[in-house]
Amino acid sequence: MSWKNYFSTSVGKKLQMSLTGLFLILFLIVHCYINAQIFYNDGGERFKEAAHFMGTNAVIRTIELGLFGFLILHIVQGLMLWSKNRSKRTVKYAVSAGNATSKWYSRSMALLGTLILLFLIVHLKAFWGPNRYSQTFGAGELDLFTMMRDEFQNIVYVVIYVLGCLSLAWHLVHGFFSAFQTLGLGMNKYKGMIKTVGIAFSIIVPFIFALMPIAFYLGWIS
Amino acid sequence: MEHYHMNLTLKVWKQKNKNERGRFETYQVKNISSEMSFLEMFDVLNEQLIAEGKEPIAFDHDCREGICGMCSMYINGRAHGPWHHTTTCQLHMREYKDGDTIVVEPWRANAFPVIKDLVVDRQSFDRIIQAGGYISVNTGNAVDANALPIEKHAADESFASAACIGCGACVAACPNASAMLFVSAKVSHLALLPQGDPERKIRVVNMIEQMDKEGFGSCTNIGACEAECPKGISIENIARLNREYLGAVLDGGSQNAI
Repeated sequence: MSWKNYFSTSVGKKLQMSLTGLFLILFLIVHCYINAQIFYNDGGERFKEAAHFMGTNAVIRTIELGLFGFLILHIVQGLMLWSKNRSKRTVKYAVSAGNATSKWYSRSMALLGTLILLFLIVHLKAFWGPNRYSQTFGAGELDLFTMMRDEFQNIVYVVIYVLGCLSLAWHLVHGFFSAFQTLGLGMNKYKGMIKTVGIAFSIIVPFIFALMPIAFYLGWIS
Repeated sequence: MEHYHMNLTLKVWKQKNKNERGRFETYQVKNISSEMSFLEMFDVLNEQLIAEGKEPIAFDHDCREGICGMCSMYINGRAHGPWHHTTTCQLHMREYKDGDTIVVEPWRANAFPVIKDLVVDRQSFDRIIQAGGYISVNTGNAVDANALPIEKHAADESFASAACIGCGACVAACPNASAMLFVSAKVSHLALLPQGDPERKIRVVNMIEQMDKEGFGSCTNIGACEAECPKGISIENIARLNREYLGAVLDGGSQNAI
């Protein structure tokens, strides 16, 4: 069987979701690590250094292109699978099982993903977009640390960020295990470990992310 | 356990044929014994309807001992009712109290069109089996038992997957109407045994191709199938199916000419 045939079947499409999802999980680790430098509370020195590297290094910038490619594939394929799956039951049940047989967040991946996408638009527009624009057409790199500090004085942004992180957390609780299950690693030997690591990851990473706007807002970081 | 009688209101899906739009009909049944099975309660209702000169409700049933997989009823939002690891015939009326209202629907999936009332057409499953759920063996003398060594663990796992009765509860319970639990059970029970090994790659490729053709959805790993399976088939089998399928595409060997 060719790879082309493989990736066009329902199982192949799920593997696309799994691999792109795992790549995005790796991205989250790097993003979280870099941004957590603000907690040194050194006026953003270490953060600026790390952000400068991430924003200018050729290898990182190349991987960034891949990241966008995978992100778009994850979003488009995810929404297409969601709409296709919905079309498989034209006459709906009058009574549904609700949470008796499955978790709400596992059934709501498309909704949670869409919320994350909406958050991402706000997020990219606030930081990544202006910075890359300035790098390409203007006065070079922007001071992202100061931008963060200013942005998060606004409670509306803080709330949007915290809600975005919450959506991410619930998306990850199911997505982390699901990615490994689709890869074929969901056998009982690993299931417990994957689920435990997945839940820990889903709590820790979004928590650290959410802490950033809160810390700025409450003046813990100056 | 205390034996009691109850009166119930039933809302049952009535549909003349595949093409007609169905609707719910409400029925009252009286004096139902708590010791009856759910299907026996339906027998009482149908007797009552026949006596009244009305058309009885069509529903599938055969063995009434939990192994045929025919009794496809979606009861109050649950495939085969609320009990764990049971088919509809194994669900007993002691689950219900006097005055309860029970909503009974057929399996709903485009791949399982309604034939009449609660009876659905599950031939899509048969076609998936025909696509690869078998082993090709030339006829001849029966081979001696134990001539082929099989590891105990593999035999047990294979047997657990072979417990699938093809009832379709997994499809019915899945929000995507996915048949992955069924297909994974069928692929697993053959892939784990030496007899199934020679054709394992072409089998998984063909069965998944057929599954997609029949209009089942894809698996989102939510696990509702496993929760509703009357035979306790684990979604571990779906992981195995994914591995088998990945193995089939990664392999460049003889079975690759698919």
